[in-house]
Amino acid sequence: MTLNRRAFIGTGAAMAAALAAPAVRASNHGKPRVIVIGGGAGGATAARYIAKDSKGEIDVTLIEPTRMYYTCFFSNLYIGGFRDLSSIGHSYGTLAQSGVNVAHDWATGVDREARTVTLAGGAVLPYDRLILSPGIDFVEDSVSGWDVSAQNKMPHAYKAGSQSELLKAQVEAMPEGGRFAMVAPPNPYRCPPGPYERISMVAHLLKEKNPTAKILLVDPKEKFSKQALFEEGWNRHYAGMIERIGPDFGGDNVSVNPDEMTVDIDGVVEKVDVCNVIPAQKAGRICEMAGITEGNWAPVIPHTMQSRVDENIHVLGDASNQGDMPKSGFSANSQAKVAAMAVRGALLGSNVFPAKFSNTCWSLIEENDGVKVGASYEATDEKIVSVSSFISQTGEDADLRKQTYEESIGWYSGIVSDMFG
Amino acid sequence: MHVVRVVPSLRAGRFCDFMPGRHLVRRCGISAARRSSDSDRAGSQDQGGAELNWKHDRFWGVLATVAGVGLATPVVAEQQDARIGDAEAGKEVYDLCVGCHEVGPDAGNGIGPHLNGIFGRRAGSVEGFRYSKGLSREGRLGMDWTLETLDAYLENPKALVSDTRMSFDGLEDKADRDNVLAYLRQFSDSPQNIPESAPTGRAREVGLSQETLAIAGDPEFGEYLSNECTTCHRIDGTYDGIPGIVGWPEEDFVIAMHAYKRKIRPHPVMQMMAGRLSDEEIAALAAYFGDLE
Repeated sequence: MTLNRRAFIGTGAAMAAALAAPAVRASNHGKPRVIVIGGGAGGATAARYIAKDSKGEIDVTLIEPTRMYYTCFFSNLYIGGFRDLSSIGHSYGTLAQSGVNVAHDWATGVDREARTVTLAGGAVLPYDRLILSPGIDFVEDSVSGWDVSAQNKMPHAYKAGSQSELLKAQVEAMPEGGRFAMVAPPNPYRCPPGPYERISMVAHLLKEKNPTAKILLVDPKEKFSKQALFEEGWNRHYAGMIERIGPDFGGDNVSVNPDEMTVDIDGVVEKVDVCNVIPAQKAGRICEMAGITEGNWAPVIPHTMQSRVDENIHVLGDASNQGDMPKSGFSANSQAKVAAMAVRGALLGSNVFPAKFSNTCWSLIEENDGVKVGASYEATDEKIVSVSSFISQTGEDADLRKQTYEESIGWYSGIVSDMFG
Repeated sequence: MHVVRVVPSLRAGRFCDFMPGRHLVRRCGISAARRSSDSDRAGSQDQGGAELNWKHDRFWGVLATVAGVGLATPVVAEQQDARIGDAEAGKEVYDLCVGCHEVGPDAGNGIGPHLNGIFGRRAGSVEGFRYSKGLSREGRLGMDWTLETLDAYLENPKALVSDTRMSFDGLEDKADRDNVLAYLRQFSDSPQNIPESAPTGRAREVGLSQETLAIAGDPEFGEYLSNECTTCHRIDGTYDGIPGIVGWPEEDFVIAMHAYKRKIRPHPVMQMMAGRLSDEEIAALAAYFGDLE
């Protein structure tokens, strides 16, 4: 009670009312309320932009369970030894300072009728607009023999942080001449070039520390992002080290045995020392709990990133099904700004300009050998469509590749500052 | 009269009076000594507007020719000229360059790189010369020194290469640029990419109306559009591998973006981003970023 009274005195009537009567409809209050679930490239950006651009006219609460956010982008560079883990970790202090109410908790439910979000800690928070940017979860049983309980033996490392540390440690501890395997995911998944950049980074690490080691890439897909660029780079830098088994040779028929450290590829059992399993993916589970998914993803209206199921909910980034944009941090950041503008327009009547989206993905193949692919996009009623694109070329000279890598470092600095302020 | 003919930058003085602004004031720094001597011969102020149009028409004529694209506004001038310019007069203009550059037999690198063979040379490529980040970058991205790129560079170095170390404010007068390029052209044995072949062919000129550069950008719209830029370019202007874009003179910003849009500047991401921006959107971005500290 003392705490409530202090809060009342300290922060004014609106806050106290929220604490005392959290189930009251948000629209009954003076200031509109926005809740953002997920503090990654989509959610952090949306929260920051809404708080910044509404100049305090909208209450923004960000729900994010972790205190420290490790970016998935550049986590492969950590595995390759090009970044420290601390350099890809970001706390939420700057967002809090810029007016976002950051709650470190899990969202456990969304009541779309009442327009409330329930947290694991028990609080029930009302919203006028809800932004879901939860990233991905894994499709159960997509890789036979693997589930999350096996993620220490066979890490996915596809949500950055402790998993990235674990995978890097396992690669470094491989016996001389040992074998690393990756089970790559089927489309669509987060960061299309990500698995192949990771192969490159593992190869870089092994080339330095364990040059007779081998890499087995088991892939259910015929083709993959930047394929020509990666394959050219692998031949140039890591000749003889990497073997890829595509669907023609059973790459789409895989099971694993984490206890035995074996991978069964279309009936052929391979013993490996490290196995990186990247399962099939789906929208972060809160989308399913909110009842806004169709299949594995949450469909959205391209102009505003609003859920096609509920106009009071916007879905950003990996979790959304929007059309042509790849699931990437850059895309999520781009979509977040469109959604932030739409939310301000809806709640405050501020200007809403036509949506524009863009994406660029940089990948590192070997030290100073960076490549990129990108496109710009526009919203149509049906989906977000690509209107122009570019990709690095094979055979580019070393100076340009180095410059592309340096540019990616600049981009990292830019997007992180855009997300967190 | 001789000086007036070579550097009639009296125009610059009237330009500033007509339309003051950071960029324009800076541009007025060209060859101060000569300008003061010009000022003694000042004509009437009411010609200022005409001179303003003239400069940009010429600049965009060159850009448009290189890009080979249709422009929003119709052709205003077309001329065929067998020569780049008057090399003899250009030698006098070149006096502005000799403090830093050498050209001719035994020329070597000084404060700036030697200029032998500049035509057709890859930007930032002289062995042993340490270039700015910006010029090296343009070179790596594939920019060659041609009549067109050299003209754009001489007109306003920082508009073509943002952080060039070449400490030169630019030659306002197209005739001065033509003349000095005609002079330098004599020291390039194997010119490439010069329209209409050696030795002094000249591109057809297509003019663009002044309207594009006169658009007053809406900073609020620019702020919205800037959201696309700040994913890569830091809003605090830090250069971290990607150039800072805040606090640019608006005109430089507009010219640079149009140069990307017309694919004169070579960066693929920027060509893509600029390629779908309208003239109004470019002006809005210039207005917004120009005001940021």
